[in-house]
Amino acid sequence: MTPKKQRRLAFAITLLLAGGGAAALAVYALQDNVLFFYSPSDIAAHPEKVPEGRAFRIGGLVEQGSVKRDRGLEVDFTVTDGKNAVPVRYSGVLPDLFREGQGVVALGTRGRNGVFTASEILAKHDEKYMPPEVVDALKRSGHWQEGQGKTGNS
Amino acid sequence: MTGELGQLALCLALALSLMQAFSGFFGAARGNARVMAMGRGAALGSFVFIALAFFTLMFAYVTSDFSVMAVAENSHTAKPLIYKITGVWGNHEGSMVLWMLILGIYSAAIALTQPDGTHPNARLGSNALGVQALIAIAFLIFILLTSDPFLRLYPPPFEGNGLNPLLQDPGLAFHPPLLYLGYVGLSASFSFAAAALLDRRNDAAWVRRARPFAIAAWTALTLGIAAGSWWAYYTLGWGGFWFWDPVENASLMPWLIGTALIHSMMATERTGAFKSWTLLLAIAGFSFSLIGTFLVRSGVLNSVHAFANDPRRGLFILMILFVAITSPLVLFAWRAPKLAPGAAFDVVSRETGILFNNLLLTAAAATILIGTLYPLVLDAAEGIKISVGPPYFTATVIPMMALLAMAMPFGPMLLWRRGDVKASAYTLRYPFAFAVLALILALAIARPFSVLGAVAVGLGVWLIGGSITDVLRRAGDWRRLRLLPPTAFTSALAHAGLGVVALGVAGAGIWKDEAIQVISPHQTMQVGGYTLRLEGTERVQGPNYIADRAEITVLSKGQVITVVHPEKRSYPVEQQATTESAIRTTGIADLYIVLGDPRGGGGWVVRAYFNPMAPFIWLGGVIMALAGMTALGARVAAALRTRRQATGLAAEPAE
Repeated sequence: MTPKKQRRLAFAITLLLAGGGAAALAVYALQDNVLFFYSPSDIAAHPEKVPEGRAFRIGGLVEQGSVKRDRGLEVDFTVTDGKNAVPVRYSGVLPDLFREGQGVVALGTRGRNGVFTASEILAKHDEKYMPPEVVDALKRSGHWQEGQGKTGNS
Repeated sequence: MTGELGQLALCLALALSLMQAFSGFFGAARGNARVMAMGRGAALGSFVFIALAFFTLMFAYVTSDFSVMAVAENSHTAKPLIYKITGVWGNHEGSMVLWMLILGIYSAAIALTQPDGTHPNARLGSNALGVQALIAIAFLIFILLTSDPFLRLYPPPFEGNGLNPLLQDPGLAFHPPLLYLGYVGLSASFSFAAAALLDRRNDAAWVRRARPFAIAAWTALTLGIAAGSWWAYYTLGWGGFWFWDPVENASLMPWLIGTALIHSMMATERTGAFKSWTLLLAIAGFSFSLIGTFLVRSGVLNSVHAFANDPRRGLFILMILFVAITSPLVLFAWRAPKLAPGAAFDVVSRETGILFNNLLLTAAAATILIGTLYPLVLDAAEGIKISVGPPYFTATVIPMMALLAMAMPFGPMLLWRRGDVKASAYTLRYPFAFAVLALILALAIARPFSVLGAVAVGLGVWLIGGSITDVLRRAGDWRRLRLLPPTAFTSALAHAGLGVVALGVAGAGIWKDEAIQVISPHQTMQVGGYTLRLEGTERVQGPNYIADRAEITVLSKGQVITVVHPEKRSYPVEQQATTESAIRTTGIADLYIVLGDPRGGGGWVVRAYFNPMAPFIWLGGVIMALAGMTALGARVAAALRTRRQATGLAAEPAE
């Protein structure tokens, strides 16, 4: 091999190693850090799919009249997609746009008693905006009304 | 009337862009100086009409002309004037006009710096203007068909819907325009790369022309991202500065590619290395900008930036994206084998350093792209809804950035073509010693104990020390620092800036102290060694909001330090609430206090953070941007000097 070819080969190998390394790192990191999304009806239909202790996201509407705040940090409410509902417990500051009857996405785990313990309530920053997962969940449960998440803003 | 004027201006800009595309390509193909000059004129004319449309829209906002739908939906007479102005780009339609305005600015800048038709590089610039025009045409049609900012509303309502309160912030004045100056600015490198391919040229001429635009875009993008991060920090009330939100990723990817691009351009211009690679990066940079535009504008992702949107828009941008990415790549695949190979260099050389930089930066951009698009692909393919959380991004991007930071101080030390790694390592012995010392100190003193944090601190010191060493080495002696040309400081500033960011990220990310508690008036809570005492809350009336305002006294060792007033605001027009966090900074650490919601028995949720070194994050961003400004300023000054000499108009005698 001429020195020039040798150099090219070395570069090709470096590139492959770097690319392969990055891809392997990405795949490895993806496996552990993917968060699934389930609607209340998904959980009711396939409770075995939702393992205890593994974090996932849940979404739907905050059921009217379900929000209970006590003296401490805990807040209890129910997330519903019209057909099924899941009780949620959260400890912390609720996002500014958290309201009864509004769409919500929560991140957390489900305990043995069926209560979803949220570690994070996802904030949104537009009143009219409905998270796409929630829209999809409502559509699937047949409780989507056209115009619910209508036209908007930026 | 104003609405129709704006619409007419957009149509005229479209017509002029068509003319710009035609005369740009045709003039270049024929080598016809007059046709090429026509293309330059069209570019300037198109810019003037886009600016007219933009200011017409601004006029409609300022005068609260609610017969224009975009104004009625996003403005209100009671809104302060500054937010009527910045509100122009606080919504989809207006932000697309801003996007066009900035594309127009870059096209006009290319046209104005374009050499005459007889110059050997005239065809290159003419083709580049043609490509710029194609981008402008695509986006003008997109605006006119799917996002008309001047659409009329009849009958006009008496009052508008108001602007999203989160956007009623000075951040809106800086963040989007700077980000777009960066995003859209990458179009210039893209256009020059495409022009070089069209012209079958593979010398460094296109790089020489495109590099100032790339540096300008990178500088603006750096500032835009820093401004966005700061805005999110003080406005979202979560105490964080970066959320790995898809839309943030959309701005980080072009930044990473842009950083790779300005480095590889340096090598190509200096020694002729990486010729084809630089072409590819220039194409990739703007492609990532377009992907970002698509992610933000289509509403396909759940993100804090996502708003209700029209799916047709997403499809349209996806089509633009597809054509814009594939056509230059096809051209590249066709022409690249015929291009002369890049210049050779030693295994130990500055080129190798740049290669390392480029590999890591593009790999980081690629892993971010995978994490950002994977949920979309999985949803489209199998209907499974997932999201990829911050742990993925920190697990992939942080190690790559750490590797990069380890190598960074070596880059400027190594010579072009043939470097000496031993000599460079010897020069870097002091920063290395300081970095190791900082790492050990961080391990020994900083609590909670964190290896990751200590490594970040060590790397930060390593980068800052490496930069100081680099500047001193160039000067030979600190007393001769003043004699150095400004360009001697650019890489040192940029690398040191990243080091400062690393310190800030370590402090605010790892050593922050967080407390969240329900407290009633006169009760206290602790955070970061401070005692917070809630004095009480009151209702206050703002210009267009009502707020619950808390008074909290901050004490340290029994002494009153300060009194802060975090607020929770409620905007009746928009039916929305925002959090106004109270931030007290010493310049080295932030105390960050947020008022949450009321709980039973007169208590309020109060969330407080002590974020050591947090201000360094944005300070570092500004230092990096200063590097870009220095490089750009030196180039502009040099260009003006040669122009003065060439035209013989020099007022003062030659130096």
